[in-house]
Amino acid sequence: MGFNQNINLRDMKTDFYKILGITALIASCLASCKKDLNRLPANTATANVVYSTPLGIKEGLAKAYSAFAVTSNTGGPGATDVPGGDPGNSDFLRLFWNVQELTADQAKCAWSGSSNPGISDLCQDVWDPTNAVLKGLFERSIYQITLCNDFLRQTTDAQLASYGITGSNVTDVHYYRAEVRFLRAYQYWVLMDVFGDPSYVDETTPIGTYFPQQISRTALYAYVESELKAIDPLLMAPHTNEYGRVDQAADWALQARLYLNAQVYTGTADWTDAMTYSQKVITANYPLVTKYQNLFLADNNLNNTEVILSINYDGTNTQTYGGTTFIINSSVNNTWSEGAGFYGVPNGGWTGNRATQNLTALFSDTTGKTDTRAIFRIRETTCDTLLSFTSGIGVIKFKNINSNGTSAASPSGTFVNTDFPLFRSAEMYLTYAEAALRAGTNTSQGLTYYNTVRNRAYVGNVVPVAGISLSDILNERGREFYWEAQRRTDLIRFGEFTGGTYLWPFKGGPVGGTNVASFRSIFPLPATDITANPNLKQNPGYN
Amino acid sequence: MKNTYLIKYVFLLLFVFSATAVLAQSSVITGKIVDETNQPLPSATVSVVGQQISTGTDVNGNYRLSVANGTVTLHVTFVGYDAMDKTINVSGNVTVGFKLTPNSKSLNEVVVIGYGSVQKKDLTGDVTVVTAKDFQQGQITSPEDLIAGKIAGVTVTSNGGAPGAGSTVRIRGGASFAASNDPLYIIDNVPIQNAAISGSADPLSTIDPNDIESITVLKDASATAIYGSRASNGVIIVTTKKGTVGPPKINFSTSYSLANKTKDVDVLSASQLRSVIDAYDAANGTNKAALLGTANTNWQNEIYQQGQTNDNNLSITGATKNMPYRISVGYLDQTGILKTSDLKRGTASISLTPSFFNNTLKLNINAKGSEEDTRFANTGAIGAAVQFDPTQPVYVKGSPWDGYYEWYNTPNDPSSGVNPNTPRNPVGMLEDNHNTANIYRSIGNVQLDYSFPFIPGLRANLNLAYDIAKGAGNTFVPINAAQSYSSMGANNPYGGNYTNTVGEFYLNYVKDIKSIKSKIDVVAGYGYYDDRSTTFNYYSYTAAKDTIAGTKPAFPYSKYQNTLISYYSRLTYTYDDKYILQGSIRTDGSSRFSPTNRWGVFPGGAFTWKVIDEDFLKDSHVFSDLKLRLGYGITGNQEGISDYAYLPTYALGASAGLYQFGNSFYNTYTPSAYNTDLKWEQTATTNIGVDYGFLDNRITGKVDAYLKKTSNLLATVNIPPGSNFSNQLLSNVGNVQAQGLEFEINTIPIKTKDITWNVSFNATFQNSKITNLTLVNTPGFIGEYPPTGGTINGGYGAYAEFDAVGHPQNSFYLYQQVYGANGQPLEGVYKSSNGVNPDLNIEHSPYPTQIYGFSTSFTYKKWTASTVLRANLGNYMYNNIDANFGNLINIIPASGTINNATTSYLKSNFSQADILSDYYLQNASFLKMDNLGLSYNVGHIFNNQHTTLRVNANCQNVFTVTKYTGVDPESSNGIDYNFYPVPRTFTLGLNLGL
Repeated sequence: MGFNQNINLRDMKTDFYKILGITALIASCLASCKKDLNRLPANTATANVVYSTPLGIKEGLAKAYSAFAVTSNTGGPGATDVPGGDPGNSDFLRLFWNVQELTADQAKCAWSGSSNPGISDLCQDVWDPTNAVLKGLFERSIYQITLCNDFLRQTTDAQLASYGITGSNVTDVHYYRAEVRFLRAYQYWVLMDVFGDPSYVDETTPIGTYFPQQISRTALYAYVESELKAIDPLLMAPHTNEYGRVDQAADWALQARLYLNAQVYTGTADWTDAMTYSQKVITANYPLVTKYQNLFLADNNLNNTEVILSINYDGTNTQTYGGTTFIINSSVNNTWSEGAGFYGVPNGGWTGNRATQNLTALFSDTTGKTDTRAIFRIRETTCDTLLSFTSGIGVIKFKNINSNGTSAASPSGTFVNTDFPLFRSAEMYLTYAEAALRAGTNTSQGLTYYNTVRNRAYVGNVVPVAGISLSDILNERGREFYWEAQRRTDLIRFGEFTGGTYLWPFKGGPVGGTNVASFRSIFPLPATDITANPNLKQNPGYN
Repeated sequence: MKNTYLIKYVFLLLFVFSATAVLAQSSVITGKIVDETNQPLPSATVSVVGQQISTGTDVNGNYRLSVANGTVTLHVTFVGYDAMDKTINVSGNVTVGFKLTPNSKSLNEVVVIGYGSVQKKDLTGDVTVVTAKDFQQGQITSPEDLIAGKIAGVTVTSNGGAPGAGSTVRIRGGASFAASNDPLYIIDNVPIQNAAISGSADPLSTIDPNDIESITVLKDASATAIYGSRASNGVIIVTTKKGTVGPPKINFSTSYSLANKTKDVDVLSASQLRSVIDAYDAANGTNKAALLGTANTNWQNEIYQQGQTNDNNLSITGATKNMPYRISVGYLDQTGILKTSDLKRGTASISLTPSFFNNTLKLNINAKGSEEDTRFANTGAIGAAVQFDPTQPVYVKGSPWDGYYEWYNTPNDPSSGVNPNTPRNPVGMLEDNHNTANIYRSIGNVQLDYSFPFIPGLRANLNLAYDIAKGAGNTFVPINAAQSYSSMGANNPYGGNYTNTVGEFYLNYVKDIKSIKSKIDVVAGYGYYDDRSTTFNYYSYTAAKDTIAGTKPAFPYSKYQNTLISYYSRLTYTYDDKYILQGSIRTDGSSRFSPTNRWGVFPGGAFTWKVIDEDFLKDSHVFSDLKLRLGYGITGNQEGISDYAYLPTYALGASAGLYQFGNSFYNTYTPSAYNTDLKWEQTATTNIGVDYGFLDNRITGKVDAYLKKTSNLLATVNIPPGSNFSNQLLSNVGNVQAQGLEFEINTIPIKTKDITWNVSFNATFQNSKITNLTLVNTPGFIGEYPPTGGTINGGYGAYAEFDAVGHPQNSFYLYQQVYGANGQPLEGVYKSSNGVNPDLNIEHSPYPTQIYGFSTSFTYKKWTASTVLRANLGNYMYNNIDANFGNLINIIPASGTINNATTSYLKSNFSQADILSDYYLQNASFLKMDNLGLSYNVGHIFNNQHTTLRVNANCQNVFTVTKYTGVDPESSNGIDYNFYPVPRTFTLGLNLGL
């Protein structure tokens, strides 16, 4: 300022050109830096890297499977791919288990609704669209479907060719693709069973900010059925695939389950197909294991003839706070005199889930001495205080102990190795028995299968029952599959889930139970997803 | 304009003690004191150096003094003007006149703004400077604490009392969700990394506050827009002390502090707990009393200690030839009040400001280095001390767990194993946890400023800077420590480093065109900013350094990099030195966005009218400054979001997330959620402000009103499941609107030779609300729930806060407690619209709506007393400690132990942890005295005119007035849990100049 008092505008103009020249010179030097704005991450890969090797593709496949087991693969058990709640509560099995068991007659959880959002509302059948567990399950299931869609998008023959995958590697991928379609169909079955009319996305759906369409329960039934039929010839034959992977028997087992519940899903029963497909699994040779208890132990991945498909857990390599780690720890108290270590979780014991007297009432002898399925720890015989773990019957069916009695590896003393059976052949026997009874055809074969399941449970020689009713089937399923995330679906099929004829502790709220409105046989779509997606319409009764 | 000063007559009354006549041979000195425009200065003080003689000037600026004959030095002072000395030989009556010039504290003070500096009187934006003399005093470890309570609209909230923990600074609140709300910090022209490196408590704590000359805060967008992309949350410019021409000056300062906790969490005493247990046993027929011990332990006394700090700084300032320099070294040794927390910090800095070629080339070279050795205390002990049974002792004979009393699955039976579901011994949690880290950091730059001789007014400025740090730490827990019993102890290294590089170049052209009374000032520049960081990933280890299975990291390190390229320019046009029109524009490209959305354009404009220079105010007796400022600008934000969120990528997992096929475990590839449409978040700010000065600037200040509208908010929101690889996605969604009114006043009620009294007060009224949070119009949408923050302890996936449309960010979202006729809360009874499920209700927020700051200092001769008070009103706090521990299920849990409760239990009698009840939401408005200090300026010592000595005593965190029942009503997130308490600190210090 003030350096030249007698300036005129012509000088300024000259200066202006000089400045312009200097600026242009500098600007041209700097323009070359712009490419620095294309930064790429160091540790993550793009699709053309992932899918260009057989191992990479298999690791993509493993993600579609592991999404059933763990909450996230990148941040350990404390991280999740489906954020919004507690990460440890966001795996598939824990959410599905809570929905299937806590809402029904056998299992109740002592955790308060404040500390574990959504849990006690499920126990008392007063859930609403903001329920955290329902939201978690809806989002987890669709997340898994989205993963499957991506795998299918990335592994078309054309894509594989572009990634340089050829020959037998392509053949392998064809099997992978059929398996992934199965996993997707399974999750759609979950959504259909639990939510009725969920969102629908497939491999043609874009990734970005897209509003998926809603699909009706009947349309979804048709889709799931068509997928399961379409992949049947594309899957490996029973017993020919690796442990943990889907084969044709799993496809048939899911179809059997689908048809058994067809009346619930579509209004039209399909007992014949339920019999056909359960028979296909039985014929494919999945004999029941001798010792019922061994199905639920740490080494149940070995010598297991009965399980058709399982979710695989490992205390070291597949860690989660959900899954069987949740089932075992939540059912155990660290202060029990025998210690949580007795169940293979020395540092666990979360004092949550225990059974109601409705479960023990199914057993004439609850000691396990006659019916070996009665694997209980009985201290109080009734469940009458919801938020007290000691009020109820301890269920110790799942353990992190090997079949020879040794402890199984668990570096943390909390994570377990026990695999969870999604399908085992006992279900197929009882499915056949029920469908035959309901259809009134082949009932003697059904009775035989019923007795097959029953006899395995009993110690020593047991007199086979001579005749069965539908309530026998429901009770048998109650004894055989308790704590296996099947109960709600069964009660709905038998018309006992809602209404007031069959009561259990805290049904509808009161200790003695009360009538529950029929609309509650389908859960509400989560409020967050209704607001995030204008295409979704809430289920009846929840508006 | 400064011709009369009538009101100052009031102050003349204070001069009664002045001017004692001296007998013997004396003469009278008379004279007139005028300002730079030859206007008389009444009430100026004239004194005789070394004698008890002084007087004030009258209304015409005249003074009169009687002095003994001989050589005397007259010393003249006047507020806002440089003091002036004249030495004369008196041998008879004489007239001595003075013409004072405005001093550096006045409006001619130079204020640094983006890419340049202006005189304070020409500022167009809302800018506040706090210089060293106005900083908060006492034991300050982190620079941001220096300005707490000093500036309207700026909140400085302590991150806790841990050594070096630092503070969270918010300028005009925070509007961002996923992106950062931290201001941009610029230290000596280096925009610094404000993300903590592993092992550092606070990134700013690596700067020694003793080295700081001034802190300038740019608040409104017209001031910050030149920083464009990074300036949405305001800019804090830290300028360190520089060398001065003259003989070398040595300055040494040292201080010693003692720190103590101010308050305990109110917990049951051992006897109160016994009564609770006895009552429970009587009612339930149990014998829980058998679990109780016989001790009487105050666990909060056991975990805290008296903290000590010794802080030393030595600097040498001077010049060799044309090279002014300043070199300083500092050493801080601090132990925290929570046992086992300490910080040792060494700092060194050098500043060289040489100039060459007849001052046409000026260099500004700065380098700072620091090394920090920190031991971090295991803050889990804070909550454990609240919860741990007071009837149990700290130590017990024969305990295998390092001698500490611990809970076992069967109480008092170590062989039954450590009870996994109970708190660990709080003292053991501290003493057995050795989390130590070592951080090296260096910030430096070379700035070349060249004035082109062939084009007058043109200069070029090149700034090359770096900010690098590396840190490494280790957490060691011995095998016999109960806190890590399940992993056989711990021996876990961690570490990382970052490298930020900055290149900036600008041209500045200034032209004064007197013929048309105009002045133009143009800046055009380019900036390149590259941030790289690396975090090392390790296995988890046992104390014996054996790897723990399932902990193999997917990659040995994680590396991130983001780059920003900017072009900016600013034009300032001044007409008649009264009207200033300024426009700036900046365009930024960020590597965090796809090439399509990469570039954002951020314009700003301001108009300033220096009303005081208008003819109609020339003769004002009242106004000494009046300036009207109007500003508008758009700024961007992308700081804090993931570096690669727009790219579709697949991540390979860690070893605990494998899946078994056959007999093999396979790693898995997870597709990450991505949003190719990500773009800049933008905030448009309108600001209107008035700077005022009265009575010759004895009263100054400003008033600002602003409206901030943030759009394209970067927020992680719920998306329709199925549309991406997550149910939540970082998106540009929503709008936030904030408005506020800020008021600052600084007065000097008394200014005499012996007494100076300064009073500053600021007030801020602010509120913000979310106006939209959805991409499409969604009827019935209340807000994003679950929210992205606000998780509370005591629940799995439980939240106390919520982002609701029409409310401030992080508003509380809780059940409305119903109370009985006696005023007691009815457990589990909440307001419900359907009679079944309780309603979550949006109420209050953690953020104050009114903020006040008050500073005053009173100097009498060599003594100065000062204090700083702050008040926040309208802020609420969720008391997570009471919610978690104030209930029976905590006292007698299923895990078979006894725990202590907060006294909240005695009032509520809650049996469950009703953590979602708004019973635990409390008004946390407060008034705090931050600082109370007394200093004595000894002056010259050793009979040496060049020496100075100042001693001071300070108390920080003096008192707090609040209705909040927890330990501290102030927190940055509104959730009170395991907060390292801010201690009360007493400091003695001295500053020696040689």
